[in-house]
Amino acid sequence: MKILVAVKQVPDTATQVKISADPRAIDTTGITWIVSPYDEFAVEEALRIKEKRGQGEVVAVSLGPERVKEALRSCLAMGCDRAIHLNDPAWNGADTLATAKALAAVIQREAPGLVLCGRQAIDDDMGAVPAQLAELLGWPCASWVMEATVDGDGKTARAARQVEGGLEVFDLPLPAVLTAQKGLNEPRYPTLKGIMGAKKKEIRDVKATDLGLAVEPPQLSVVMLEALPPRPPGRILQGDVPTAVKELVRSLREDAKAI
Amino acid sequence: MANAFWCIVEDDRQGTPKKVMAEVIGEAARLSRGQTEAVWLTDKASAAGLKQLAEWGATKIRLLESAAFAPYRSEVWVGAAAELAVKEAPRAIFAPVTSRAREFVARLAARLGVGLAADCVAFAMDGERLVATRPVYAGKLLAKTTWAKTPSVATLRPNVFRPAEAQPGRTAPVERPSVTLPAAQMKFVERREEVATGLPELTEAEIVLSGGRGMKGPENYVILEDMAHVIGAAVGASRAAVDAGWRPHRFQIGQTGRTISPKLYMGFGVSGAIQHLAGMRTSKVIVAVNKDPEAPIFKIADYGIVGDLFEVVPELTKEFKKLLEK
Amino acid sequence: MKLDLSAEQQMIQALAREFAETAIKPIAAEIDREARFPHETVKRMGELGLMGIAIPERWGGSGVDAVASVLAIEEIAKACGSHAAIMSVNNSLYCDPVYKFGTDAQRERFLKPVASGHAHGCFALTEPQAGSDASNQHTLAVRDGAHYVLNGRKQFVTNGREASFALVFCATDRAKAHHGISTLVVEKGTPGFLVPKTEDKLGIRASDTAELVFEDCRVPAENRLGEEGMGFPIALATLDGGRIGIAAQAVGLAAGALERSVAYARERKSFGVPIGHHQMVQWMLADMATAIDGARLLTLRAAALKDEGRPYTTAAAMAKLFAAETAMKVTTDAVQIHGGYGFIKEYEVERYFRDAKITQIYEGTSQIQKLVIARDILGGSR
Ligand SMILES: Cc1cc2nc3c(=O)[nH]c(=O)nc-3n(C[C@H](O)[C@H](O)[C@H](O)COP(=O)(O)OP(=O)(O)OC[C@H]3O[C@@H](n4cnc5c(N)ncnc54)[C@H](O)[C@@H]3O)c2cc1C
Ligand SMILES: Cc1cc2nc3c(=O)[nH]c(=O)nc-3n(C[C@H](O)[C@H](O)[C@H](O)COP(=O)(O)OP(=O)(O)OC[C@H]3O[C@@H](n4cnc5c(N)ncnc54)[C@H](O)[C@@H]3O)c2cc1C
Ligand SMILES: Cc1cc2nc3c(=O)[nH]c(=O)nc-3n(C[C@H](O)[C@H](O)[C@H](O)COP(=O)(O)OP(=O)(O)OC[C@H]3O[C@@H](n4cnc5c(N)ncnc54)[C@H](O)[C@@H]3O)c2cc1C
Repeated sequence: MKILVAVKQVPDTATQVKISADPRAIDTTGITWIVSPYDEFAVEEALRIKEKRGQGEVVAVSLGPERVKEALRSCLAMGCDRAIHLNDPAWNGADTLATAKALAAVIQREAPGLVLCGRQAIDDDMGAVPAQLAELLGWPCASWVMEATVDGDGKTARAARQVEGGLEVFDLPLPAVLTAQKGLNEPRYPTLKGIMGAKKKEIRDVKATDLGLAVEPPQLSVVMLEALPPRPPGRILQGDVPTAVKELVRSLREDAKAI
Repeated sequence: MANAFWCIVEDDRQGTPKKVMAEVIGEAARLSRGQTEAVWLTDKASAAGLKQLAEWGATKIRLLESAAFAPYRSEVWVGAAAELAVKEAPRAIFAPVTSRAREFVARLAARLGVGLAADCVAFAMDGERLVATRPVYAGKLLAKTTWAKTPSVATLRPNVFRPAEAQPGRTAPVERPSVTLPAAQMKFVERREEVATGLPELTEAEIVLSGGRGMKGPENYVILEDMAHVIGAAVGASRAAVDAGWRPHRFQIGQTGRTISPKLYMGFGVSGAIQHLAGMRTSKVIVAVNKDPEAPIFKIADYGIVGDLFEVVPELTKEFKKLLEK
Repeated sequence: MKLDLSAEQQMIQALAREFAETAIKPIAAEIDREARFPHETVKRMGELGLMGIAIPERWGGSGVDAVASVLAIEEIAKACGSHAAIMSVNNSLYCDPVYKFGTDAQRERFLKPVASGHAHGCFALTEPQAGSDASNQHTLAVRDGAHYVLNGRKQFVTNGREASFALVFCATDRAKAHHGISTLVVEKGTPGFLVPKTEDKLGIRASDTAELVFEDCRVPAENRLGEEGMGFPIALATLDGGRIGIAAQAVGLAAGALERSVAYARERKSFGVPIGHHQMVQWMLADMATAIDGARLLTLRAAALKDEGRPYTTAAAMAKLFAAETAMKVTTDAVQIHGGYGFIKEYEVERYFRDAKITQIYEGTSQIQKLVIARDILGGSR
């Protein structure tokens, strides 16, 4: 079975982000880029499914500028067999729908049996691309998946999705889209051999025209980015524990009206 | 045309809308010109639930009631809702951020070919243009976004918007439009319940207590749970505590856990790493208890106590008890 | 001149950093306190390919290069000096010589399991009377048919207790002095091979430093690495490479101490300002950062020369000397910047300070490095 994993490259979680001269974008100088953590769970799950089945192919796909190759290379180092880079300035202002359309076009060509995504990309935090992808493909979709198995003949996936108060388990006819929630697995580190082997694996560049896609204006556009309003300075409550606690409870009740 | 603000109803799966709907309806009512419509896909709606929606301010209720809607499957819901949306052409479609609504409206937006803004914390009308504000980059920045065409699809972060006040006696017409129900592709197998804690859901709670590595071990969370029972709070944790196996992952607050925005967040033995802050920095009031006066969490806390949580927590529980007994 | 790392080298560095941060850092203080060999993390390092970095894949290694080894060891040392010592010895004092001087049959038996991380190796040169004066070997191997009968005592052997294979230097012909030294691979469990003692140490306490004793230990002659009498050149060539590893360890320890010092200088206040605002603290930090960068560049240069197959003996000696001295100075200053807290175990810089000391001693003391460097400058005429 062929499994396709959609991965997004995002700024490292500890990065300080600054708004660039264009108020709609961040200043990317000095940023360390990583594979979005949930996408690592997706990659890991794809590799495990392949390993368990003893055959198959795992293809990593990412849309983004040239730097995205680094993210794809680390997926190859983890064990993905090859990678596709949707690399075209035409996608620079892509919103979730445009991203999903591009991915859907590749998926139609690749015809995988299963698509794995992260539950959300930790920079733009929409958590929308996978469901939109499923819609464009007409496939079923299970989000925030905590357990996944594929049956022997590759016809059905059983997935447990996390919902308020528990897990809901479904059988999805394949092909389908699943999104990985933390807890699905523990992603492996790439091995040194994997890192060296990644050099020899293919990363194919794909342009919008290769997919027969026309450039469309985004349906959702960013007007501007803003820094968070600063929080007013806080107060350290002095005195011994009983005194400080009494003052805290009083403040929460009378000043902050939070209780 | 195209004036109605739809509010996708999230319910407790027992026929009652969740409290967060007061926030969604409240915000929609503020923006709409008198057309705030509750759209409810459910297998069973209670009369009390319908009444509740009207009292919160829904001017019309569109009820899609069918056994096919439970359990939630995106392919079924989207087919039904899209048919109605194409017919009615609402101005906007709002839903709260919940496990199913967030997936549902994303898929719906794709079907309708319109933009989606997820996890919004504010809206404004700029002339005819609706502008949504949403946190990005782990809450380090806010993005103002707008839509190319209607309906504007958005999800709203719980506990952020001012809830509508219920006006007893207010009523709204209930419409039961007929729509074609697509066949389900996904087959339901089972539901596994979490062990009930008797405490509110983390993302919905108005008060959240969060225990970090300073809790020292899983056995010590009892003291937070005791306090939580007194004040009706949920208990969350930092990743350090989750990774140590002290709490299940669903209780993790932060960039790779849950994003919460309660009225009151109290962190105990949490250092305030940037990834943790990402999940709770929009809380209205932040309290930190940490023995290290240099802990970064004090930088964003409204109130702090520098001290040993094992002394502070029991004392605090005692004081809360006293206060609430009054 | 190009200073960029290749994409693969960067990824290996990132991997080592991440592993060190998440798996090693949290246990570093504890294993130091308990002087406990970290089996679990060392096993995982083996699985990742960190225990045979420069060995070709065919022999169980990762097939990378010396530069990548340096980058990886530095990252590991930033979190824990003991792990770095275990890793450095396994890579450069065991795998490298067995690969370089071994036959394919020997590589198959003695290298593959170690380079792939399934077993460990150690390097046993030092004896009670043979430290800096390493040619003064008393351990004796006498040929007896298809075997050598080995008798003697090795000390201060890193990984000595944990290793499945020991590279043992011994006299096969005492009359020939250092031309009469040979190298044998002795397998653990061979009758007459004992490990009676491990040392209690100042630093790198989680690495084991053992005494190895051979009592009429019969070692098959096919376990001899290289020709009879080639032992001393093998030892010297091995130590040239090993010094790059120790230099990397020293750079990592210094860098780890600096990282903590910078954080502390930002947080700790005295006289109403963070101590980093005091010029004398800034001065210390600037000196630390500069020396570390110098040491790192010397170390990477030595590794790059090695990778290119060019002579690197002097470059490695300079790197090891400068990096070790830097590590000692930087960790001392790091304790100073932390004031009284620096002297307390909870703050961990004292561990870096203790761990740094060994880098000035093993694989040739700083004095011996100076000898090597001076000999090269003076063209052999001392
Ligand atoms: C220069 C620039 C301009 C932009 N302009 C706009 C704009 O005008 N309007 C707007 O709405 N957004 C804009 N964006 C944001 C960007 O388009 C979003 O990243 C995109 O909408 C996906 O949403 P998300 O990142 O929240 O993904 P989510 O929906 O949170 O992602 C969930 C999962 O989908 C998959 N996925 C998401 N993105 C990708 C990808 N790129 N490649 C492969 N898999 C992916 C991953 O598996 C991921 O875990 C811009 C970004 C950039 C860099
Ligand atoms: C990709 C990525 C994603 C991440 N995502 C998340 C996330 O979603 N959520 C998250 O929380 N973290 C996340 N992290 C981890 C984050 O960086 C921190 O490591 C983590 O938040 C630390 O948890 P902590 O505050 O409980 O522990 P620590 O940082 O160890 O802090 C413990 C605190 O407890 C205090 N303390 C100890 N004993 C007591 C006592 N008796 N009384 C009072 N105080 C005491 C200490 O002074 C200290 O400040 C992520 C990291 C990465 C790299
Ligand atoms: C923790 C630890 C791990 C070790 N691991 C290993 C290992 O794995 N394998 C192994 O074989 N050995 C190992 N050693 C041994 C180490 O390499 C020796 O201790 C080192 O070479 C110094 O030898 P020595 O202790 O006999 O000191 P000596 O040689 O007695 O030196 C004492 C002092 O005299 C100085 N000195 C000696 N000769 C000269 C000279 N000619 N000119 C100027 N000064 C001189 C030295 O610099 C030193 O200051 C280890 C030692 C330790 C402590």
